[in-house]
Amino acid sequence: MKIVFTAKGTGLDSAMDPRFGRTEFFVIYDEESESIDSYDNRAIENEAHGAGPKTAQKLAEYGVQVLITGNGPGNNAARVLQAAGTKVYVGAGDMTVREALEAYKKGELKEF
Amino acid sequence: MKIAIASGKGGTGKTTLSTNLASYIAESRDCVLADLDVEEPNSGLFIKGELIHVEDKFKMIPEWNRETCELCGNCQKVCNFNAVLKMGKMIMVFPELCHGCYACSELCPTGSLPMKFKKMGELKSYRTGNLHFIESRLIIGEEQAVPLIKQTIDYVNENFDMEMIKIYDSPPGTSCPVIEATKDADLVILVTEPTPFGLHDLKLAVETVKQLGKPFVVVINRHGIGNDGVERYCKEDDIEIIARVPNDRLIAETYARGDLLYPVIPSVKEAVKVISGYIESFKRGEK
Ligand code: SF4
Ligand code: SF4
Repeated sequence: MKIVFTAKGTGLDSAMDPRFGRTEFFVIYDEESESIDSYDNRAIENEAHGAGPKTAQKLAEYGVQVLITGNGPGNNAARVLQAAGTKVYVGAGDMTVREALEAYKKGELKEF
Repeated sequence: MKIAIASGKGGTGKTTLSTNLASYIAESRDCVLADLDVEEPNSGLFIKGELIHVEDKFKMIPEWNRETCELCGNCQKVCNFNAVLKMGKMIMVFPELCHGCYACSELCPTGSLPMKFKKMGELKSYRTGNLHFIESRLIIGEEQAVPLIKQTIDYVNENFDMEMIKIYDSPPGTSCPVIEATKDADLVILVTEPTPFGLHDLKLAVETVKQLGKPFVVVINRHGIGNDGVERYCKEDDIEIIARVPNDRLIAETYARGDLLYPVIPSVKEAVKVISGYIESFKRGEK
């Protein structure tokens, strides 16, 4: 299963980015292979409109099943994530990616 | 005769001036006040009139036809607003983001995105004495203010005589909504405060109205606080300050009660009288 985090950097020790649509990076964690990948989302700054749905669409292309973020996506992005079958967990905005992963595994994060 | 009351940001007393000026003018003749801050209209807090007309306002958005779509993805490519996305075997339309430009609809090779009506807000028309008060409000979640502002101005133009004085309480800021609200005006009144922040926002607002090529003048609100930065700037750039509304504790108290100011505060009455006089002479072509 692939789990994705909204983050301010590219690794497990990066701080989480509480924003979804305009997050700087995504850190993608693959549970099977225990490997880490990242995606640079900073080009979204150029999008004046509809950052949320656009970002959600990108995630769908990566085939992620779980999204962990801070504040949670807006309505439009939530529709896209739902269509893609991605589960969303929120409230990890103040953690590092590693802490957020632990919190998720322990079932401490709230489902959006 | 259309007067747009605008400011670089919210909270400078734009609505206070609009409602007091319109009510004052309406004491002696017909006057229209239109609240064009459709995201957060609040002139209605100060104007108590009889509701005489309500209508729904619509915009056009594309509706996806799954049966005929070939999933070519062209619609997503041509939309500048990320308002239509291809998700696997599905096309998703985001009505709140859509600008109703027809691009996706017209460029769809199979005609699978016909444009349909969608409600974006409501227009209400009130009357109290000589004052005609028009208020439009976007429905929650709707992000596009411009089409509703445009339709509201159209409504005013269609329903009221050209000659009548029309006050537009414009949305705050310097982006598309305020441009839409001021581009139809004959005169723009910029409301500012005599503080460094006020000056900063005033300069931005001046840039915007200059680009539109509109005649404009300034009214200073809460005169007496801050510094003389705004006065100096206006003098250097040859911008006319037509009135100064003094800072007064009674103003805040009266405002908080949702009451009009000029009937109880002489300095405000004096200011609206001067502004109304300015508008009259502007109308006669003397300014
Ligand atoms: S452009 Fe038309 S046919 Fe192509 S994906 Fe969009 S709706 Fe379908
Ligand atoms: S009408 Fe224009 S703004 Fe709306 S979805 Fe189509 S292309 Fe995008």
